[in-house]
Amino acid sequence: MNWDFIWKYLPLYEKAALLTVRIGWAGIALAIIIGILCAIVLYFRIAVLRRIVSVYIEISRNTPLLIQLFFIYYALPKVGIPITPEVCGVAGLAFLGGSYMAEAFRSGLEAIEPIQMESALSLGLEKSQALRYVIMPQAVSVSVPAFVANVIFLLKETSVFSAVSLMDLMFTAKDLIGLYYKTTESLFLLVVFYLIILLPISILGSILERRLRHAGFGS
Amino acid sequence: MPDLGLDVLFKGKNMIRLLGGLWVAVKISLISVAISIPLGILLGIVMTSKNPIIKAVTRVYLEFIRIMPQLVLLFIVFFGSTSAFGINISGELASVIVFTVWGTAEMGDLVRGALISIPKHQYESSAALALTPAKTYIYVIIPQTVRRLIPLSINLITRMIKTTSLILMIGVVEVLKVAQQIIEANRMSSPNAAFGVYLTVLLMYFIICWPISMLAKRLEKKWG
Repeated sequence: MNWDFIWKYLPLYEKAALLTVRIGWAGIALAIIIGILCAIVLYFRIAVLRRIVSVYIEISRNTPLLIQLFFIYYALPKVGIPITPEVCGVAGLAFLGGSYMAEAFRSGLEAIEPIQMESALSLGLEKSQALRYVIMPQAVSVSVPAFVANVIFLLKETSVFSAVSLMDLMFTAKDLIGLYYKTTESLFLLVVFYLIILLPISILGSILERRLRHAGFGS
Repeated sequence: MPDLGLDVLFKGKNMIRLLGGLWVAVKISLISVAISIPLGILLGIVMTSKNPIIKAVTRVYLEFIRIMPQLVLLFIVFFGSTSAFGINISGELASVIVFTVWGTAEMGDLVRGALISIPKHQYESSAALALTPAKTYIYVIIPQTVRRLIPLSINLITRMIKTTSLILMIGVVEVLKVAQQIIEANRMSSPNAAFGVYLTVLLMYFIICWPISMLAKRLEKKWG
């Protein structure tokens, strides 16, 4: 292990990691918004929209992110939608993540027994109040494990961004391996940086999951 | 209607070539799944062991494999094997190794989850009915575990197929690479080929994965 090499190229990896994190969080934030909207459409069985959302979810879940990125980055400009690598990364992650988040939120909402809503209504709560004070708090705690798993999954998926010429961690590692043949050092830094990004979230997730486990009613 | 470059697909053997590329990716995922499932079942059973050393080792293996992006694992095996052992392995072999190691971890976790989800009273009732431990497993535990496992393993196949698209990044000639070649070759005659070709690749993956995940969903509902 050549430590001089590692110290020398550390800043390069830092820059790449920041890019990964920035695009990752932007994509995940959008995915959460898409997920909430889709889950609401599915939960309330809104006509027409429901069909569109189901088709979107099936397409997004049954195709790889890499192909989605290629389509967004190379194919969409051909029909007059210009796109930069950063926008492509965020859009791809949001497109993929939206469906995973939607499923997490929907299964949270559907895990709440109808009797909860009925009881809330019979106690004189408005439908919106019932949602706000009775359904949502329980649904959120049910969806937390799936939600955290999705966040980790999506951050891991960011590793394909180099395919659309974003200079992320994978790009940096491959570049250094090609230029200097310092394979061990480059791969070591790659693993360390992904651990720095992913490990805290994974640990935070399991703490959160343990604390919320008893939040549901009757469990 | 703008030119969407769909004509390129029907030129010469382009469609056949794309399908051939897809088969490379699907073949690698099927081989990896076929090896991962038996290994994963073994791992899952080992993981329910009470021995603290076995528990710690399997746990570290599982956590490391699951937290690392699969592409990082591919890089480690593909580039790392050359510098660490001086051997040069092909992209295909590296892919099979990585996806087997990853699939085994995922499958092992599913099996462990299914095994510990069987309530303790199932074992106790079997013992009370004078079933031997072997009979308890054959007639009581395994049938229940298998029902939980089959939909999850089918899902693992679709995840595997989707993940094998990454092999492009270590230089394996698969469907995306073939797509790039076709687009490049027709750059002059059909400048918009990228749209039609990438759309086709996207649809190909969808046509493979969608029925499989529908089957998994149906079985999950039926047995859940």
